[in-house]
Amino acid sequence: MSDTAERVQKIVVEHLGVESDKVTQEASFIDDLGADSLDIVELVMAFEEEFGVEIPDDAAEKITTVGDATKYIEEHKG
Amino acid sequence: MNGLMHGKRGLIMGLANDKSLAWGIAKKLSEHGAELAFSYQGDALKKRVEPLAAQLGSDFVFECDVSDMAALDTAFDTLKSRWETLDFVVHAIGFSDKSELRGHYLDTSLDNFLMTMNISAYSLVAVTKRAVEMMPESGGSIITLTYYGAEKVIPHYNVMGVAKAALESSVQYLANDLGPRNIRVNALSAGPVKTLAASGIGDFRYILKWNELNAPLRRNITIDDVGGAGLYLLSDLSSGVTGEVHHVDAGYHLVGMKQEDAPDIGLT
Repeated sequence: MSDTAERVQKIVVEHLGVESDKVTQEASFIDDLGADSLDIVELVMAFEEEFGVEIPDDAAEKITTVGDATKYIEEHKG
Repeated sequence: MNGLMHGKRGLIMGLANDKSLAWGIAKKLSEHGAELAFSYQGDALKKRVEPLAAQLGSDFVFECDVSDMAALDTAFDTLKSRWETLDFVVHAIGFSDKSELRGHYLDTSLDNFLMTMNISAYSLVAVTKRAVEMMPESGGSIITLTYYGAEKVIPHYNVMGVAKAALESSVQYLANDLGPRNIRVNALSAGPVKTLAASGIGDFRYILKWNELNAPLRRNITIDDVGGAGLYLLSDLSSGVTGEVHHVDAGYHLVGMKQEDAPDIGLT
């Protein structure tokens, strides 16, 4: 797992209070990890803070899985 | 200077998470000895508010939908069931359809206009009406949160700016009504902070960056800045202050044009 993927996983585990083995790259925040819409907004804020990236609303709307978040961050972090 | 709020009890309405302005205020009040109750709306917020309340030693957390007058009555009955009196209220509530917090004010729908005014402005009146019944003869203090978009046009703030203008005007009228009872009503106008509520506003990062570069203090404010000002307005430190809109915005409200040392920035 890449460094970004590991940090993303750690944030998701901490924020949603789920077991780390459930936080696979394929896992859907809402369907698999029990996140609600506020969790998604909070996770996006946490990712922005951790990685210094900006995730605009239209991009955030397309992030539904852990892997989507990892991919977006890897492509956009400075 | 611990103990400013010793023996005082207050209700915090509208806490969402540890980024909330209401959290900055609640923490500061708790540090200074206040006893706090919290109201939330909906289960999604319940699960966020309960652990935060617990961090401040409070298990007094209940639901309150401020758009429903019967629900408001029930919430205040709950408050009365445990507390005989109430010394202060933090009203940190606002809501609008996110799709109308971008683009033009001209496109505001009647339904969303009414809902935004109801939840973001009238709710202060409805809450105040019920809260004053519980306030002791010595008086009380009520604060609400507003934003500069009430005074001047901020891109995308739209109907929320109009609602905040109604809220600020309500603060003045309520302050006048309640002055004879020594109940003070003030608004705290915070600069932009990245909160859950702010995430609904279009191009919010641009607003943040612009403020950071152009405010006299050349920085954005934190929820701790807001907490300190909230403590002042809710404690006896501000005993002679009512009907005020107090800016906690690094001075941004007095600026008339871009600072010379601020770079030109665009939307990114």
